[in-house]
Amino acid sequence: MTWKKILEGQSGARRVTGFESDDLACQIACQIPRDPSVEGAYNPDDWMDPKEQRKVDDFIVYAMAAADQALADANWKPSTYDEQTRSGVLIGSGIGGLQGIEEAANILRDKGPRRISPFFIPGRLINLAGGQVSIRHGLKGPNHAVVTACSTGAHAIGDAARLIAFGDADVMVAGGTESPICRLSLAGFAACRALSTSYNDQPAKASRPYDKDRDGFVMGEGAGVVVLEEYDHAVARGARIYAEVIGYGLSGDAFHITAPSEDGDGAFRCMSAALKRAGVMASDIDYVNAHGTSTMADTIELGAVERLVGNAANRLTMSSTKSSIGHLLGAAGAVEAIFSILAIRDSIVPPTLNLDNPSVETEIDLVAHKAKPMNVDIALSNSFGFGGTNASLVFRKVAA
Amino acid sequence: MSDIAERVKKIVIEHLGVDSEKVVLGASFIDDLGADSLDTVELVMAFEEEFGVEIPDDAAETILTVGDAVSFLEKNAG
Repeated sequence: MTWKKILEGQSGARRVTGFESDDLACQIACQIPRDPSVEGAYNPDDWMDPKEQRKVDDFIVYAMAAADQALADANWKPSTYDEQTRSGVLIGSGIGGLQGIEEAANILRDKGPRRISPFFIPGRLINLAGGQVSIRHGLKGPNHAVVTACSTGAHAIGDAARLIAFGDADVMVAGGTESPICRLSLAGFAACRALSTSYNDQPAKASRPYDKDRDGFVMGEGAGVVVLEEYDHAVARGARIYAEVIGYGLSGDAFHITAPSEDGDGAFRCMSAALKRAGVMASDIDYVNAHGTSTMADTIELGAVERLVGNAANRLTMSSTKSSIGHLLGAAGAVEAIFSILAIRDSIVPPTLNLDNPSVETEIDLVAHKAKPMNVDIALSNSFGFGGTNASLVFRKVAA
Repeated sequence: MSDIAERVKKIVIEHLGVDSEKVVLGASFIDDLGADSLDTVELVMAFEEEFGVEIPDDAAETILTVGDAVSFLEKNAG
């Protein structure tokens, strides 16, 4: 549903609902639609008993929803002891249960320590997203979580693939989840000067990667979870294989707490490492799903990609799906990995919305406004996070 | 059921998400109503809030059934 809407060029950005926002610098976000009249609306009761929902923050329910769908789609239901111990989980989050922490802090101040719920801690810990998924699905293999800000989802998928390659598991349920849309986090990210603040009256225009009028990212929420499987294991059970993870690279900027290094060297080294691991040339990449947050950092990433592909730039296509769904922080890398995989499956590349006036000239096709039908054999997905933490994933189409 | 028992029952149903007919005085939170140890901590907190009493940990440990809660609160809530 999300993929279809993205290809149609829809934006998920709206004025925030559910809490007071008039005094916030940024009053817009890409909130998951919960109104049942909206096509594809999310109903948390479909994924978790209301009695259990009460004990956890939304990021855990989102992870449950995504993991249920991923495992059902993969038709993987570990039932024997051996299947269970060979199946693991690696789901991260950038921040975890900020809403619940905000609420509990108020209870502590107003009513004192005896009123803090026993479910406060287990409902907020980041690794409890994976913990809950493992309990529901009987995943007794590696049980791990990643916290690398906006690179979380990509690192989770990359690390999970390595656990499989290392023989620690045959199947890994991997991804990222985030439920950051609350007053505390909108105030905090605005204070970092990371959020868009001049489009409160035109939310759909706010996320505009590479455009000269961009002024910060739009926050999103949700989860992305994939089922990774050892190749022969997947083939042997006749699983449907969407794509193969062939490369994963990591690097650090060692530069600044929120800004990427201006020369883009961290991003360049990260992508280069992923390509080296994949054993493919930069010119082999058909599509890059960019980190592209609609901030000043967009041009730094673009410069790094240009440096990577050299004179093959005119054959490269790159877009930012954050223009449609906003920035899902710790879930972004996982959700965007899924979009990269769907681009491979469907031979179509999602658009970069609102790219009216590119702030730089480039030979790379940034897919302004409209989705682009094209064959994608190899896709690269970038994620870069606060703290100078970078991850790139490379996916390849599997021969039919 | 007394007023206190009705209020206890309501809290138990709300917190444990169980059918009201299961919430009888003899029902054990853990064995009969599907609670785990953290649920029982939370239940005791809810009783404290509802009845404006403080239930010390050693007393909380003796509240294992719906009836235990009702008799404690009948004696101590006021």
